[in-house]
Amino acid sequence: MRVNFTVNGRPQEADDVWEGESLLYVLRERLGLPGSKNACEQGECGSCTVRLDGVPVCSCLVAAGQVEGREVVTVEGLAEFAKERAEHGGCASGACGTPLDAAKKWEAKPGQDSQTGEGVELSPIQQAFIDAGAVQCGFCTPGLLIAADELLERNASPSDQDIREALSGNLCRCTGYEKILDAVRLAAARQGEAV
Amino acid sequence: MAQHTRTVPAGTPTDVTQNHVKGGIGESTLRPDGTLKVTGEFAYSSDMWHEDMLWGQTLRSTVAHAEIVSIDTSEALATSGVYAVLTYDDLPAAMKNYGLEIQDTPVLAHGKVRHHGEPVALVAADHPETARRAAAKIRIEYRELPVVTDEASALAPDAPLVHEGRDDHHSGHVPHPNIVHRQPIVRGNVAEARKRADVIVEGEYVFGMQDQAFLGPESGLAVPAEDGGVDLYVATQWLHSDLKQIAPVLGLPEDKVRMTLSGVGGAFGGREDISMQIHACLLALRTGKPVKIVYNRFESFFGHVHRHPAKLHYEHGATKDGKLTHLKARIVLDGGAYASASPAVVGNASSLGAGPYVVDDVEIEAVALYTNNPPCGAMRGFGAVQACFAYEAQMDKLAAKLGMDPVEFRRLNAMEQGTLMPTGQVVDSPAPVAELLRRVKARPLPPERQWETAGEGADVRALPGGLSNTTHGEGVVRGVGYAVGIKNVGFSEGFDDYSTARVVLQVINGEPVAMVHTAMAEVGQGGVTVHAQIARTELGVTQVTIHPADTQVGSAGSTSASRQTYMTGGAVKNTCEAVREKVLEIGRRKNGSYHPAWATAELLLEGGKVVTDGGEVLATLADVLEGEEPVDVELEFRHRPTVPFDLRTGQGDGHVQYTFAAHRAVVEVDTELGLVKVIELATAQDVGKALNPLSVVGQIQGGTTQGLGVAVMEEIIVDPKTAKVRNPSFTDYLIPTILDTPTIPVDVLELADDNAPYGLRGIGEAPTLSSTPAVLAAIRNATGLELNKTPVRPEALTGTL
Amino acid sequence: MDFLRPASWEEALAAKAEHPTAVPIAGGTDVMVEINFDHRRPAYLLDLNRIELLREWEVGEENVRLGASVPYTQIMENLRTELPGLALASHTVASPQIRNRGGVGGNLGTASPAGDAHPALLAAGAEVEVESVRGSRLIPIDAFYTGVKRNALQPDELIKTVHIKKADGPQQYSKVGTRNAMVIAVCAFGLALHPETRTVRTGIGSAAPTPIRAKEAESFLNAALEEGGFWDNGKIITPSVAKQFADLVSAAANPIDDVRGTAKYRRHAVGIMARRQLGWTWEQYRGTGRTLEGAA
Repeated sequence: MRVNFTVNGRPQEADDVWEGESLLYVLRERLGLPGSKNACEQGECGSCTVRLDGVPVCSCLVAAGQVEGREVVTVEGLAEFAKERAEHGGCASGACGTPLDAAKKWEAKPGQDSQTGEGVELSPIQQAFIDAGAVQCGFCTPGLLIAADELLERNASPSDQDIREALSGNLCRCTGYEKILDAVRLAAARQGEAV
Repeated sequence: MAQHTRTVPAGTPTDVTQNHVKGGIGESTLRPDGTLKVTGEFAYSSDMWHEDMLWGQTLRSTVAHAEIVSIDTSEALATSGVYAVLTYDDLPAAMKNYGLEIQDTPVLAHGKVRHHGEPVALVAADHPETARRAAAKIRIEYRELPVVTDEASALAPDAPLVHEGRDDHHSGHVPHPNIVHRQPIVRGNVAEARKRADVIVEGEYVFGMQDQAFLGPESGLAVPAEDGGVDLYVATQWLHSDLKQIAPVLGLPEDKVRMTLSGVGGAFGGREDISMQIHACLLALRTGKPVKIVYNRFESFFGHVHRHPAKLHYEHGATKDGKLTHLKARIVLDGGAYASASPAVVGNASSLGAGPYVVDDVEIEAVALYTNNPPCGAMRGFGAVQACFAYEAQMDKLAAKLGMDPVEFRRLNAMEQGTLMPTGQVVDSPAPVAELLRRVKARPLPPERQWETAGEGADVRALPGGLSNTTHGEGVVRGVGYAVGIKNVGFSEGFDDYSTARVVLQVINGEPVAMVHTAMAEVGQGGVTVHAQIARTELGVTQVTIHPADTQVGSAGSTSASRQTYMTGGAVKNTCEAVREKVLEIGRRKNGSYHPAWATAELLLEGGKVVTDGGEVLATLADVLEGEEPVDVELEFRHRPTVPFDLRTGQGDGHVQYTFAAHRAVVEVDTELGLVKVIELATAQDVGKALNPLSVVGQIQGGTTQGLGVAVMEEIIVDPKTAKVRNPSFTDYLIPTILDTPTIPVDVLELADDNAPYGLRGIGEAPTLSSTPAVLAAIRNATGLELNKTPVRPEALTGTL
Repeated sequence: MDFLRPASWEEALAAKAEHPTAVPIAGGTDVMVEINFDHRRPAYLLDLNRIELLREWEVGEENVRLGASVPYTQIMENLRTELPGLALASHTVASPQIRNRGGVGGNLGTASPAGDAHPALLAAGAEVEVESVRGSRLIPIDAFYTGVKRNALQPDELIKTVHIKKADGPQQYSKVGTRNAMVIAVCAFGLALHPETRTVRTGIGSAAPTPIRAKEAESFLNAALEEGGFWDNGKIITPSVAKQFADLVSAAANPIDDVRGTAKYRRHAVGIMARRQLGWTWEQYRGTGRTLEGAA
């Protein structure tokens, strides 16, 4: 079958799609967007998390035919998505965001930014994951970024328990999650500072 | 290097350059691949893609032990879209087996399957669903055989032999053909020492089968080449070990199998063995088309070896003033159907079986069995993990029997630099066992009742059961437990362990740039970060390019045994030093006549310049290298040699380096429902020298969490009657979520090992050892129950087994 | 395999009438796992995502009419007051991503004893509105579960809405799993106090071939509360009453041993959950002012 939908703001068409294919498979194998990951394909790990009409979902459990006419944001489009949100809304009140000194446990030296990939514009959560050391093998990272970005969109200054709850559908096997918590705290703090 | 034309598949790794970075060793510089990984651009092995590629599918045995009576592939072959169906009969070379140490594993089953999920046939088709449907049409008739699943059934007089006619190098010394390897360690006189003991404790401990559960499933792409060879893009821990096993069964010389490391989604030992590598190559060579294989999570549970489950019997004695008198231990590891790393696991379990303690009179025996259970092999801390679980439980039992504090008892018996191991080897670098314990104990305890909120009732997220809302504080009891462990670093027992690094220094656009090329498998540990740091420190450059890992450079050895920073880090350092010497030679040739310091002073490369040890600048690197050929050096690096353990006594300097970590676990247990919440897992570890402190802490926290997982939830459950795996999915094989994982404060000691590059100590595995027994000790402390098995299931805490 | 994409409820019913073996797919959180792992190859998938009315809910005088595809996240966020038990149950479903997709219709359609919503529906009291081209009917929740992964639907019927009684008193829900999030129930229990009728209702999940109520336990507690005048005097329920209630809940369970837990443990655990929930709901009924809803 044929499926037409929007991915990261661009209309896409997938042809000869087998009816049992997942959105994840179509993204990875047909549209050249392998950023969403195929770790469990049973909705247990969150590595394939994308935004479907704004809502974080496991793309492995969305049948390809179900996305007809809908909008998908993947990790490949996250930076652009976050940029647009910052320009056309987001936290304008100034009341949201964790103060920097409240982002406890964050230990990196001030002013230490990412030292890689100059010229690449990243969303705050992407930058924070690099800076906090939240990326090891990185296979869980795309899904975590989508989930964490959506958390900070709803709740600009989440408590540690809020972060844990929001990310409880994303398994990581490398980090023990501590530096992932650090990254979300850091992104929240920077978001708060920037306002 | 063989020249041949090839189309480059999407996802082929490229050079990654870090620009304008100052950080050398000791600084928390960031990953060179970080940006790629957060943007989704980083290509893992499952992301590889090639025009017109086919999909490979593996058909696996549905029974654990059976003769294959017949295989009928005709219907599968006739399926539209199917390009090839292969069985044992299609294997192209005389060599049809592979294996890390013993070549006992068939590429495809030959006449017999020995475990549930063994590969029997392969299909290549134009879509994964076509391949699956075709595989389902292959008809295999099995005649089931009785299974051996434990020591009793494996060593029974009439036991079926898992491998008949063994002729491997262990077969001559094992007491039974269903024993892969046996290693006794005998030192002193246990019978005599036992007489001095005022207290004796015994325990029988059971360690469950753990899965590495790396998130990136086994996968890769094989592309047939015009020269009859194949290009293989794959996620592995050791390219050259794979190559040695792949080439012979393909009937190709090694230089026609060109391997490139694709992105690796975690490893933890589970990628030390071959999975889909040979299968993809076979299909690609047969069809003449690129073939991609990607396991799903179900298949992944059958696609790699697991951590050896173990039964451990321990007897310790101590005097009433708290000194250990003796140790007698027997460790039975279940290796499953194929040997994999079993011999090395036996070596570690036996030689490290006494733990980080001074005990002079020791008898330890470790064996690994051949059974029809799933094959077991490498996983983080292998052998040492199982032993640590047992000896740490014993330490608590002894302390309790003596009425002593468990930490004080351990400190009283803690080894230190100069202690003799039960193998007779002297621990010749710092062994701060007592200090690590002191540090975790000295840390303030986390506040009690953290679930209580200001007037809002209980925050269930902070309670056992978590979001499932099982308690609001009822039945919850806190417990605290301690553990410490010892792990070896690097390959032991006389193995020729080396790594290779190629470093190229040249001037590009007026800037000196170092390129580091190794075959090290970056599996997430941050080796690439450290290589760039070493190049900056040694060569005084800011721009470092990390070349993709491949088999065009010499072997790096495995990313395992906590060895890569030591070994490939050491190799990069070593090669950089040689490059520096060559640069200085060029400098002397070009500029030597202008300044006497060229000939007389100790010269360094710093900040892109050649400087004297007094800080005087002699030239810029750009000037020295301008107009020169790139300085290009490839060298091997070895750690000091080891020897095999004596087969009767286990004596010998078998290990390179020892590494230590300690944990304090604080848990809260819902004693009525048997649910556990780990509140904190404080860690202290000696790392010798933290080359990258941020990465070091990340490794320790990750390793700690894997130990937590096996303590309270992780186990592959194998039916003892059928030897079939009952929970091959992430629904029923549970690994910790972020709500199961506590805060993990880390205390890093840096006591240099003078034998190691920069004084560093391998770090990846030690935290996985002591985490599990610390959590168990804390649960015992909370419940008063004996608990001698991992994982602790709710049934064990509620008397409902 | 064929993928049917009806644009309206009527088209969906027509499609189901024409292809009774078609497997409805809404959130996909059950069906897609089976397809990804090659456990199921239905001839037709019937996509219900385009049918708006399945994603709507309506709060009436007595009932909430909950569309079959209303995601659990919406239930947690919007129906905590009306459906506290189901809101708590929704919060225990898998992960945020799954709660964003899955709805009660999926739990009912699959009718796995481990479905998280069942005990809450049983305790609250509900009717399942199903429809086919032949017409619609209401199936009482007590009659809905007919066997292991079997329900009272006819092959041509689809689940449209669930009519759930609005809470008239405190409700609770817990499930036991060996992980603190994202876990399939080893067993689950739900309890609802119905002060208007002076009755209690229960639901047990994953501890019998189907989701069940512990009817003897309910009868016992109804009688004990009545006899002691508890509904009026609001006294603390005596431990012996709570214990017997818990024991009867345990006795009502008819569990099996499997990889997730032993029968003995399940029986034990539902009793503990029953006793605790009785305490929590009763405290709330007595109006001691503490919110006992956990973090839902």
